[in-house]
Amino acid sequence: MKYINLDHISSNPLLPEVKQAMIEAVRHDYHNPSSQHRAGEEAATVLEKAREQVAKLINADAPKEIVFTSGGTEADNHAIKGVAMANADRGKHIVTTNIEHNAVIRSLRRLKSDGFTVTSLSVDEQGRVRPQDVADAITPETILISVMHSNNETGTLQPVEEIAAIARAKKILFHTDAVDSVGIMPFDVKKVGADLVSFASNTFYGPTGVGGLYIRRGVKIFPILDGGVQENNKRAGTENLIGIIGMGQAAEIAARDIDRRHAYLKGLKDLFLRELPNYLDEVIINTHPVHSLPHLVSTSIRYIEGESVMLMLDDEGIGVSTRSACATGSLRASHVLLSIGLSHADAQGTLVIAFGIDNTEDDVLHFLKSLRQVVTTLREISPLYKKVAG
Amino acid sequence: MMYNKVVMDHFRNPRNVGTIEDADGVGEVGNPLCGDMMTIYLKIRDERIDDIKFQTFGCGSAIAVSSMLTEIAKGKSLEDAKKITNKDVAEALEGLPKNKLHCSNLGADALQMAIRDYEDRKAGIRRPELKRKDEHEHSHGDKCYCPYCDVEIDEGVTFCDACQHDLKEEH
Repeated sequence: MKYINLDHISSNPLLPEVKQAMIEAVRHDYHNPSSQHRAGEEAATVLEKAREQVAKLINADAPKEIVFTSGGTEADNHAIKGVAMANADRGKHIVTTNIEHNAVIRSLRRLKSDGFTVTSLSVDEQGRVRPQDVADAITPETILISVMHSNNETGTLQPVEEIAAIARAKKILFHTDAVDSVGIMPFDVKKVGADLVSFASNTFYGPTGVGGLYIRRGVKIFPILDGGVQENNKRAGTENLIGIIGMGQAAEIAARDIDRRHAYLKGLKDLFLRELPNYLDEVIINTHPVHSLPHLVSTSIRYIEGESVMLMLDDEGIGVSTRSACATGSLRASHVLLSIGLSHADAQGTLVIAFGIDNTEDDVLHFLKSLRQVVTTLREISPLYKKVAG
Repeated sequence: MMYNKVVMDHFRNPRNVGTIEDADGVGEVGNPLCGDMMTIYLKIRDERIDDIKFQTFGCGSAIAVSSMLTEIAKGKSLEDAKKITNKDVAEALEGLPKNKLHCSNLGADALQMAIRDYEDRKAGIRRPELKRKDEHEHSHGDKCYCPYCDVEIDEGVTFCDACQHDLKEEH
């Protein structure tokens, strides 16, 4: 049975060219890029080539503005903690939103114990933060604003360009977590106007365990890993060269294909959204109709619970992600879904469907058929469905 | 896969799903706020559970627990059925992940409530309306574990010191 992966928000398969580049890198047995002999220099050359490939994908001014990390989480940690530590003499206030990834939320929480204060803004019912709220939250103590580019649970895009302009006018640093956007949709650091941008290789069909932080030239930031002078003295530790080579290759292909990729993914998503009402009633779409990632749909299926749906779809050979409290292990509804005004019960039935370039229109229609079958079964078991119907 | 074969079997093929129109006793526990809700219907004959059906809103574990509970209870005398505990259900399922023990706490509670409902009706006590509570209730007496890191924690704490997660009393 062909397995249909509709969970491209968690990770993505490697592109064949990426696999090939990584296999060759393993075969080649690169040395340590920091070593000064010939073998080290050879490794440094491929490292810097990957940095150029990544810089080009996001239109950075210089490859030096890219710091390779172990992924999006480290990039977020670095941006938040590194900026806070380096700029604490200017102020100890940070503005963010209620819907950030935990890598941001928990980094900020850690800073609170060091005397930082954080203003966390709520979003409107469509899941977007209001730029005016950001402007109003700024105090003379504010040193950093961190607002994600796209939300990983709803796919909704934030008005980051407007927020970046507000930050710039006040000479406050602006970080955006663009982990789920970079490589999936056109992303230009200069157009966005961000000082710091987090991204991850596995979003754009590169390997897991590699990511990057764009740090605009001139931004004051401390490393969060202390040690050697790798990564322009911004991140100590010998680089994960094989992963980085894979990421560079994935970035080059993403840059080349971005418009086509965006259009293809959006086509699959539009098909799904168009057809969904023909298959299911009583569903809520949590994703913004216009401002959203091209490939992601968050939908809450009423009267049933997401983990059950996920498990049954898995039996049918389809992989999706759920944000139900049970499945995430936290036994509480997602902070993002509650933020956009979903009830606890509806939040429980939330699926995150993320299409990928390996999916076809047939996959979408097959998924809809399976989904209808699974939802019907689970609603028959559910006491909530009968109560409404009866 | 986080669930064992027995749990997955009961999740995939739940036994005794449905309602009983003229039930002699009905019990409902949990609420959508908790993430789980279970309703048990009983048909009693000669003080024995002649038929039992369930409806559940919840995760894989909650459905498996409901199904296993009905299997254990079916055919039992009321006296024996009253002795069924949440632990019995979890053991019959050959174990549940620690952070899912929460779900198993519903099963036996719903059954005991349904039996009580039957006895109340028999005694002529007016049946109270099934009311859905808005507050989460801890019905379990067992230990609590952090759902994130599995460290044992005190009931009612809102923050896990071990892993720095907010808990909001929902462990």
